[in-house]
Amino acid sequence: MSGGREQRRAALETALDQRILVLDGAMGTMIQRHRLEEADYRGQRFAGWPSDVKGNNDLLSLTRPDLIAAIHADYLAAGADIVETNTFNSTRISLADYGMEELARELNEAGAALARKAADAWTEKTPQRPRWVAGALGPTNRTASISPDVNDAGARNITFDGLRTAYREAVEGLIAGGCDLLLVETVFDTLNAKAALFAIDEAFESLGVRLPVMVSGTITDLSGRTLSGQTPEAFWNSVRHARPLAIGLNCALGASQLRAHVAELARVADTRVCAYPNAGLPNEFGGYDEVAETTAAFIGEWAEAGLVNIVGGCCGTTPDHIAAIAAAVAGKPPRTPASVPPALRLSGLEPFMLAS
Amino acid sequence: MNGTFITIGERTNITGSAKFRKLIQAGSYPAALDIARDQVAAGASIIDVNMDEAMLDSERAMTTFLNLIAGEPDISRVPVMIDSSKWSVIEAGLKCVQGKCIVNSISLKEGEDAFVAAAKLVRRYGAAAVVMAFDEQGQADTTERKVAICQRAYRILVDKVGFPAEDIIFDPNIFAVATGIEEHNDYAVAFFEAVRQIKATLPYCHVSGGVSNVSFSFRGNDAVREAMHAVFLYHAIAAGLDMAIVNAGQIAVYDEIPLELRDPVEDVILNRRDDATERLLEVAERFRGKGGKVREQDLSWRELPINERLTHALVNGIADFVEDDTEEARSRAERPLDVIEGPLMAGMNVVGDLFGAGKMFLPQVVKSARVMKRAVAYLLPFMEAEAAGKPRRSAGKILMATVKGDVHDIGKNIVGVVLQCNNFEVVDLGVMVPCAKILETARAESVDIIGLSGLITPSLDEMCYVASEMKREGFDLPLLIGGATTSRVHTAVKIAVNYDGPLVYVTDASRAVGVATNLLARPGGADYAKTVRAEYSEMRAQHAGRDGDRAHAPLAAARANKARLDWEDGYQPPRPRNPGLTIFSDYDLGEIAERIDWQPFFQAWELTGRFPEILDDPVVGEAARSVFADAQAMLGQIVGERWLTARGVVGLWPANSIGEDDIEVFVDESRTGVRAIIHTLRQQMARDRKPRPNLALADFIAPKSSGLTDWIGGFAVTTGHGVDDIAHAFERDHDDYRAIMVKALADRMAEAFAERIHERVRKELWGYAPDEAFDNEALIKEAYRGIRPAPGYPACPDHTEKSTLFELLAAEDNAGISLTESFAMTPAAAVSGYYFSHPESRYFGLGRVHRDQIEDYARRKGVPIRDVERWLAPNLAYDPALGEN
Repeated sequence: MSGGREQRRAALETALDQRILVLDGAMGTMIQRHRLEEADYRGQRFAGWPSDVKGNNDLLSLTRPDLIAAIHADYLAAGADIVETNTFNSTRISLADYGMEELARELNEAGAALARKAADAWTEKTPQRPRWVAGALGPTNRTASISPDVNDAGARNITFDGLRTAYREAVEGLIAGGCDLLLVETVFDTLNAKAALFAIDEAFESLGVRLPVMVSGTITDLSGRTLSGQTPEAFWNSVRHARPLAIGLNCALGASQLRAHVAELARVADTRVCAYPNAGLPNEFGGYDEVAETTAAFIGEWAEAGLVNIVGGCCGTTPDHIAAIAAAVAGKPPRTPASVPPALRLSGLEPFMLAS
Repeated sequence: MNGTFITIGERTNITGSAKFRKLIQAGSYPAALDIARDQVAAGASIIDVNMDEAMLDSERAMTTFLNLIAGEPDISRVPVMIDSSKWSVIEAGLKCVQGKCIVNSISLKEGEDAFVAAAKLVRRYGAAAVVMAFDEQGQADTTERKVAICQRAYRILVDKVGFPAEDIIFDPNIFAVATGIEEHNDYAVAFFEAVRQIKATLPYCHVSGGVSNVSFSFRGNDAVREAMHAVFLYHAIAAGLDMAIVNAGQIAVYDEIPLELRDPVEDVILNRRDDATERLLEVAERFRGKGGKVREQDLSWRELPINERLTHALVNGIADFVEDDTEEARSRAERPLDVIEGPLMAGMNVVGDLFGAGKMFLPQVVKSARVMKRAVAYLLPFMEAEAAGKPRRSAGKILMATVKGDVHDIGKNIVGVVLQCNNFEVVDLGVMVPCAKILETARAESVDIIGLSGLITPSLDEMCYVASEMKREGFDLPLLIGGATTSRVHTAVKIAVNYDGPLVYVTDASRAVGVATNLLARPGGADYAKTVRAEYSEMRAQHAGRDGDRAHAPLAAARANKARLDWEDGYQPPRPRNPGLTIFSDYDLGEIAERIDWQPFFQAWELTGRFPEILDDPVVGEAARSVFADAQAMLGQIVGERWLTARGVVGLWPANSIGEDDIEVFVDESRTGVRAIIHTLRQQMARDRKPRPNLALADFIAPKSSGLTDWIGGFAVTTGHGVDDIAHAFERDHDDYRAIMVKALADRMAEAFAERIHERVRKELWGYAPDEAFDNEALIKEAYRGIRPAPGYPACPDHTEKSTLFELLAAEDNAGISLTESFAMTPAAAVSGYYFSHPESRYFGLGRVHRDQIEDYARRKGVPIRDVERWLAPNLAYDPALGEN
């Protein structure tokens, strides 16, 4: 297994040097199409679970593995090079909503194994084009640097150490399940991401493995900042110590609104850039209307402008979107990482630089 | 003005600031946050936070304070230096900060293993680190030990830990000198030499230090300590020091320390003589208690050779001897022009370099320009007499103008002076310059660049017009845009589309020279312009996606969510004691001067920081003290010699709000005849998340339907009568410094006058708060009841409403203030506005307004929609050319 992992990793680096890789699209959007009921989520194993579990999509890795595997297969067939595990909420912090904290490790391992199997099947089919599995680490439903209490700005409902412990558990599950890389995604509070990166580094050290890590932030609105207030460059300065395989942005905005921020990262990041926007902005029913061709046209332009190395889709995107995106970037050269002179780079909400 | 030397604010360090310590010990975190905020406002690039205090739970204090900072964007925008001698406190801090911070500090004190372990953790937390020159044997005090320890630490960090070299900041220990112990005498020299060797041998690292240690033996003698810090920093920066944690208020400017103090200090710092300490002790007694503020006039520079004297006079802005010195230089030169192109330009180059390096500040540069102009004026007759006078070589010719309809020119004049200091020739067309005259002059004078300035919002539109006219007439000259209401976004979105030539927005005077030089560079100018244009088109693209999508309330919904005051609950609007007009024809200037809010005065001089703390600021304090002293002196003259005439008029009229957003002003208290209607605009931001009203000023006046008899007030005041004559007299005397100064002071006095009159309205004329007692500071903070919003400003940005107000006040007759076609007040040092008395009336920003309100407003005012859209352009949520999505 680990020999295979090393080979896959080498192949990933080679592929990234040669072309723009395609990530998959939304998992939730695809699950919604099946209009599952409470009973589907529960399956046999959780039939007697004391609370409702409908909406706990990550649980389907255990109760409806066939369905998750089919979604992975659809994305791979559409042309995704990398599939993301169905583990966005599989930390004990987020699972507390369902009283399922103790399932955290199992869900991560099972989610990773499902994606591994699906990816390997396609690698076998198209050996000249191997496929990879990215272990998804979501932001959790709490923020370490924003107060939940308007009357007490210093209050917190989660600590760095709470996040770090939860992420460590998730990361160990993802690695055991066979991921090729880890993806700290939808970062709306950089302190949460720093706790995840801390936990990843700890896990790597104790397990004696080291996987590539991708970090993807979320610009929450048109202010051009993360929810916790950082500009894209300040965000990059905050996570650059993890030497990520790629830094990027996803979610919250459509490709049209996200472009300027992706361009900003592309300007400053001396690593690869990934970006996977939503299918436009949500309509008044919370749905996404942007058709595959539209999203793909925007992303094709990013490729032409030399902004990206890895692209894909977030909320509202489907295998159609991924197929169109894959076609739009096919044959276009990947971005060359920015070369930046050595300098002391710090950040608050804004970046700071002192040349060396 | 971001030089390469970084100052780290130290006032949030419990070991260095007694005030901060007391606040933290008392749990007064809001006040402690203010200290942090002040530091950032005063220009600290990084803030040092230290909670090391035996009687305190330091981990908890660090956590609480950093969590609180995270909620204050005006503080948390800068990085934090987490400072503690205890690792547990540092780690507690690292767990609270989303940005990349600096750990202060780690060292080899406990051996290599502990050092490596700490460094790995710092790395895992994603921070940079200060590394002390400290090992198992103790703190390094000699050059050799400092360098050896830093080199050893560097190799361990870079080679073993994989720590990025650029994230290492060495602190090679600053120790006290002149302690009486002979071994200490070389401490500063050892530091400088260590800095030099560390920077030379350890690539990409940085060096920092805590400066106040060096003067420890002169505690209680601030004049000497200041001088020691300044001299120390001067040599340390030259050796390569990148940053320092500094004690604000104890940094002097090296060049301005009296020689009789600086020399012995330098002897001590540089360990130049065996008796250096004794000599300094002797001199120190004479300076004790002076706090560095009182400085004896030192004329030793008069002994220097002539060229150096001219440079000294230019750098220090001393005009007293310039004519004699210029004459001496002329008598030695072959031609008078050689004096300008030789020693004078050389001196101005020094000024330009110091300014560029952040070592001189705007007021000082303007004073230098005064000396230069005097010298040139002295030489002019000689040059004219010379038959074969060839033209001066200039860096370029720049036309500057405040656009039509606008009368504000302080900023433009400052830019002009700074450009002239840098050898640009400036053709200044003054204020209210019509487009045609700008273009005509540009042609006639063959200028290289056109610079447009404006302060009020309608000027933005005029600038777009000038740009489009330049395009129509085939100009391709570079166009510079500046002034208080202009912005990079506006320039990119609105002006760039009207003009194809080079176009650059200039933030402030300190940028103007760089921009002009870049634009005129051959080769390179075209590339520069192209780069800027590309940035602007990117901004336009960003901007295009921005506005339409933002959630907003339709006008009807916004009105339904108006502010609901207590009209039905027995509130009785106060009837003024003096209804109608009250005229002030020659108000006491002394009374006005006492009420000046000084903070904006420093902003006008591009000195950032809060007043009065700015006077002790480590970076700009010296410049701030000097310009403040000059201002006080001139203020004395303004008041004593009655340079200005303060005139004003106040009106208090019966009024009620009607419809939704308008206010009817009645002819008399019968409230039957309507004399005028004041139209107000309503906020349209979406309020679904926060239960706050969508405000319009009309909400603060009782509705007609309530049956309550409410009132509204208005005022227009000026201290500008007389300013232009005095400014022109200074300009004729080649004294731009004082010409700008008198205008800046008149502006401040107009604001102070408005503040004083408002107070009298509350206490006497309207009289609803007869017993109000606030000190000046509380007044500036607007702690009182009632507001005085001005048409053209955030709550009511429509400048055209000023005409209604001026008619009601008969302001032209009663106060001598008139309006230009863009509704700027002239004289420029004038303030006007409305008065609202309701206790809940408050200032707010209108924000973006949408098409539904614009249509409604145009209908209410009876003017074409197009006109409203033009006057309110900066507030439109949509592009009138495109429509609203």
